[in-house]
Amino acid sequence: MPRVNPIDGDYFRDERKDGDFKVIGKTVQRSDALGHVTGRTEFFEDRTFPDLAHIKIHRSAHHHARIDAVDTSEAERVPGVLRVITHRDVPSNWYVVLRLIGIEPNDEPVLAEDRVLYKGEPVVAVVADSEAAAIEGAARVRVSYTELPAVLDVEEALAEGAPIIKQAGTNYFVYEGHHARRLRFGDVEQGFAQADHIFDWRYSSAPIEHAPTETTGCIVVPQSSGRLLIHSNTQAAFFTLDNTALILDRPFSDLQVKGGTVGGGFGGKVDVMVEPLACIAAALTNRPVKFVYSRAEEMQVSSPRAAERIYIKDGVMNDGRIVARKVMLYVDAGAYSRHSPYGTTKACAHLPGPYTIPNVYADCHCVYTNRTPSSAMRGFGVTIADFALESQMDRIARALGLDPLQFRLRNAYRDGDLKAHRKVAEGTALIEVIQRAAALVGHDLPEEYRALSSTTPRGEAA
Amino acid sequence: MKIVNLKVNGVGKTFIARPETTLLLALREQLGLTGAKRGCAQGACGSCTVLLDGDPVVSCLIPAMTVDGGDVATVEGLADGPVLSDVQQAFLDGFATQCGFCTPGMIMSAEALLDRNPSPTRDEVNEAISGNVCRCTGYEPIVSAILDAAERRRAGANL
Ligand code: FES
Ligand code: FES
Repeated sequence: MPRVNPIDGDYFRDERKDGDFKVIGKTVQRSDALGHVTGRTEFFEDRTFPDLAHIKIHRSAHHHARIDAVDTSEAERVPGVLRVITHRDVPSNWYVVLRLIGIEPNDEPVLAEDRVLYKGEPVVAVVADSEAAAIEGAARVRVSYTELPAVLDVEEALAEGAPIIKQAGTNYFVYEGHHARRLRFGDVEQGFAQADHIFDWRYSSAPIEHAPTETTGCIVVPQSSGRLLIHSNTQAAFFTLDNTALILDRPFSDLQVKGGTVGGGFGGKVDVMVEPLACIAAALTNRPVKFVYSRAEEMQVSSPRAAERIYIKDGVMNDGRIVARKVMLYVDAGAYSRHSPYGTTKACAHLPGPYTIPNVYADCHCVYTNRTPSSAMRGFGVTIADFALESQMDRIARALGLDPLQFRLRNAYRDGDLKAHRKVAEGTALIEVIQRAAALVGHDLPEEYRALSSTTPRGEAA
Repeated sequence: MKIVNLKVNGVGKTFIARPETTLLLALREQLGLTGAKRGCAQGACGSCTVLLDGDPVVSCLIPAMTVDGGDVATVEGLADGPVLSDVQQAFLDGFATQCGFCTPGMIMSAEALLDRNPSPTRDEVNEAISGNVCRCTGYEPIVSAILDAAERRRAGANL
C-alpha cells in the first residue's frame, strides 16, 4: 500500500484557507500507471514500420583534432547502406539549442566540418536497411585527423596560454560582455576584514550520467503531405520541433512531434541529438528512419551533468554569523554550450544559498573543454552548488564547534530579507524545515532556535 | 534461417528467425508484443525479461532459433481481461512505477520469484530483481509491491 505522508498543517496556518488543498495529501493514481503494469504504454520504439531504415554514427576518435579528409566510399559499398550523410547534407549545420531563448552564438555543428572538439563527436551518419548494415557502414568511414592539443580541465582552459578551442575566441561563454555570470553585493573585502575567521575551501564534482533505462531515440516517418512525423522520447517536444526545423531550414509547420512518453529522462533528453539527422535521413530516403542510441552511446556521448569546481571563501564571526561570502564557480560545459550557459546562470542565481549574508561576490564561469558536452540534469547548476555550500556550512560549524543546524538557523534567510540579487525574499521556509527535520531525528534545539520563524523580521526576535 | 514454433502466453506462434534474431526482437517486431523493452541489448538491464519455460531470462541475449518448442510468458499475458495479476495490481497500488520502462521486466522477475517462492523475504526479493535496473524509483516501492503481491497471493490461496 502506498505510503502517504500527511501534510503538516501546523506551519503557516494563517496563510491558508480551509479547503485549499484538494489534491495535496491525498493519493492520486498516475494516469499512465495502468499502461506501465500491463506493458501497453507505447514508447517511441514500440512502433514498427515497414521499410524502417536505421542510422548509426561514425564518431570522432580524438578529443581535439583537425579533420583532414573524410572517405565514405567503403561505407557506401556495404550491402544495405542507403545513404551516407555528412555536414554538407545538413541545411543549417550550426546551432545552439538555447537560441530559442536568445542565447548565442550557434556553437555546435550537427555533423563535424573541419574539426572535432570531443571524443565521440558525430562526423558522418550512415543510413541503412538494417541496424547491422548501419553499424558496419559507420565502422567503414575513414577519417584522417591532425591531432591538436586538448584541454580537459576548467582551470587549465582559462589559464594564460591555454589553447583556444572555440571559434568564438574564448574558452568561456561570454555573458553580456563579461567572462562570467557575476554577482556583487555589499563589499566582500570589507566583510573579510571585519570577520573573526576566514574559511577558504575547494569543492569539485565529476560528470554524472543520467543513464535512463530507455536510451535516447526517435523514429521519423515521412508523410504523404510532405511533413515529417517525429516519434520521439524527447523531454522537450517543442524545443525539439523548433530546433529541428531551424536545422532543416524548414517551416515549423512541416514537422510534427509525437512524444511525452519518456523511459527515464532526468534532463538527459532535452538536447536535440537524434531528431535532426533522422529527419534528414527520412527526407533523403523517403523512408521511416530510426535513430536510437546504443547503451554504449548513451553512456559515453549523451550529455552528462557538468563537472564543477567551486571555491568558497567565507568570513564568519565568533557567534556564527557569516558576514562575507566569495564564490568562484566553474561549470565544465565540455565542448559545446547545449544548456550549460543557462545552468551556470542558475548556479549564480542560487548563490549564496538560502542564507542572508551582507557581502557577497561571485563569478560563475561556463567553461569550454574538450570533454563530452554537458547539459541539463535534475536541478543542474543548483545541485552541485548546494553540495559545495552545505559542505562548507558543515565544515565551518565543525571548525567553530557550533551545532550545524543552529549555525544554519542563525544565517537562514527570512521573508523580507534583501537577497544578493536585490530581490526581497518571500515564501521562505528554511527555518521551519530545519526545525521540523531536527524534531523528526530527535536533534534537540534550544528554545531560542525553536522560537525562530521565517516570518519574523530579522532583528525583532532572537 | 529457421522456422520457430513456440507458445507465447499459452498461444501457439510461428515465425522465421535469422541467426541474429534475438527472442526480444522476435517478440517485439515479429509477434507485436512490445511489453518487453530494449534498454541495453547486452544483458545488463533486465528490461527485456520474459519467462522461458518458467525461468526469467534476458530475452535480448537469447537467439530466437534456440527457443523452438519453448513456452514463453510476457507481461501482456498476465492480466485476465481487465483483471490484473496480483503482481500487476500490487505495482499499481504501491506506486511502484514511474517512467514504466523497467516495469514489465520487473514484473516478470517478480512473477518468476513468487511462482517458486510464495513467501519471499525482503532479501530474497532484492536478489530476484538484482538483474533489473530501475533508474526512477529507487527500488523501495518495487520491493514493497512484490512483498505485498506475495501476501495477496497467499491470502487468495487460503480462500
Ligand atoms: S535489454 Fe536485455 S538486459 Fe537490457
Ligand atoms: S520506473 Fe523508470 S526505470 Fe523503473
